[in-house]
Amino acid sequence: MNILEFITQPWPWYVAGPLIGLTVPVLLIIGNKSFGISSSLRHTCAACFPANIKFFNYDWKKEKWNMFFVLGILLGGILTANFLLSSDPIDINPELKAELAAYGITEIKGLVPEQLFSWEFLATPKGLIMIVLGGFLVGFGARYAGGCTSGHAIMGISTLQWPSVVAAACFMIGGIVMANFVLPYILAL
Amino acid sequence: MQTTQVQSKEFEARALDSICVNESQLEHKWYHNIKYTLVGIAFGIVFIKAEIISWYRIQEMFRFQSFHMYGIIGSAILVGMLSVLLIKKFNIKTIYGEEIILHPKVFNKGQIFGGLMFGLGWALTGACPGPLFAQIGSGATVIAVSLLSAVAGTWVYGKFRDQLPH
Repeated sequence: MNILEFITQPWPWYVAGPLIGLTVPVLLIIGNKSFGISSSLRHTCAACFPANIKFFNYDWKKEKWNMFFVLGILLGGILTANFLLSSDPIDINPELKAELAAYGITEIKGLVPEQLFSWEFLATPKGLIMIVLGGFLVGFGARYAGGCTSGHAIMGISTLQWPSVVAAACFMIGGIVMANFVLPYILAL
Repeated sequence: MQTTQVQSKEFEARALDSICVNESQLEHKWYHNIKYTLVGIAFGIVFIKAEIISWYRIQEMFRFQSFHMYGIIGSAILVGMLSVLLIKKFNIKTIYGEEIILHPKVFNKGQIFGGLMFGLGWALTGACPGPLFAQIGSGATVIAVSLLSAVAGTWVYGKFRDQLPH
C-alpha cells in the first residue's frame, strides 16, 4: 500500500480520537485558549446583529482567534474533500442501511445522504425539519448549555468539570431519543 | 470609574459561558491568529478522514450500532485529560511565557435543558457546530442553511435568555 492510498482511507478511531484530544493542549499552549467551537456562532451574532442584547454586548474582536479557528475547519474540509478522500462507498452498519432503505434512502455515499441534505430537498417538510430546525436546535441548545461537544464533552470533561459531564450526558440523551424515537417519524414524512 | 463599569459589564457578558475570560493581556498583530487557522485545518482534516462529520456515523452512535464515535470521543477526552494534567504538573507556560489558566464552568439548569435540545438537533443534522463548518467545506453546501439556522438559534437564545430557566 502506498502512502497516498494509506492517507485516503478512512482513519480509525484510535488515530483520530487522540489527535482531536491534542487540540486541547495545543490551543492552551499557543495562546491560552480554551477549546470551543460553538462560541463562534455567538461571536457572529455579536459582530453582525448585536441588537442591543446584553448577551451579545461585548468586544467580539477579542475573540477573533475563534473565527480564525473555524475558518481553518472550513478550509480543512475543502482540502480533504478535494485531495485526501477515497471514492470507495462508505461502509455502514447493515441494520442502519436496511432501516434507511425502508424510507427510500438508498444512496449511501459521501458524508451526508444526498436524498435528505441537498438544495433540492430543502423546501420539503423533511428538509425543513432536518436542515433548518436541526440547525436551530444545535445553535440554541449549544448556547443554552454553555458549550457544544468540543467545549463541554472534550474541553470540559478533560478539565474535570462536572457541569460538563451533565451537559454531555444530556447531549447523548437528546440524541438517543431523536435518533430512535422521533427520527423514524420524520423520515416517514 | 466609567471604564471599570463598562469592563465589569463586559466581563459578565463574556463569562456567561466562560469564553476567553482568561484572555491574554498581550497584544499581538492580527497575523498571530493564523496559527489558529492552521490548527483548524488539521482539525477539519481529522474530522473528515475519521468520518466524524458523517451523518451515518452519528446515527450509528445514537443507535449503538458502532463503537467508532465512542472510541473517538473517549480517546479524545483521555488525551485531553492527560495533557491538562501534564500542563498542571510541570507548570507548562504558553509560547509567550504566560501562565495557562483554566476557568471553572458553573452549573445551571441550562446544561440540562440546552443539552437535551442540542442532542435532538445533533441527531437531526448529524453534526455539532464544528462538523457543520467541515461539511460545508467538503461540498455539502446546503449545510450553510443549517449553519445560518444555528446562528439564528444562538441569537434567539440571547434575546430570550432572561426569560429562560437557568
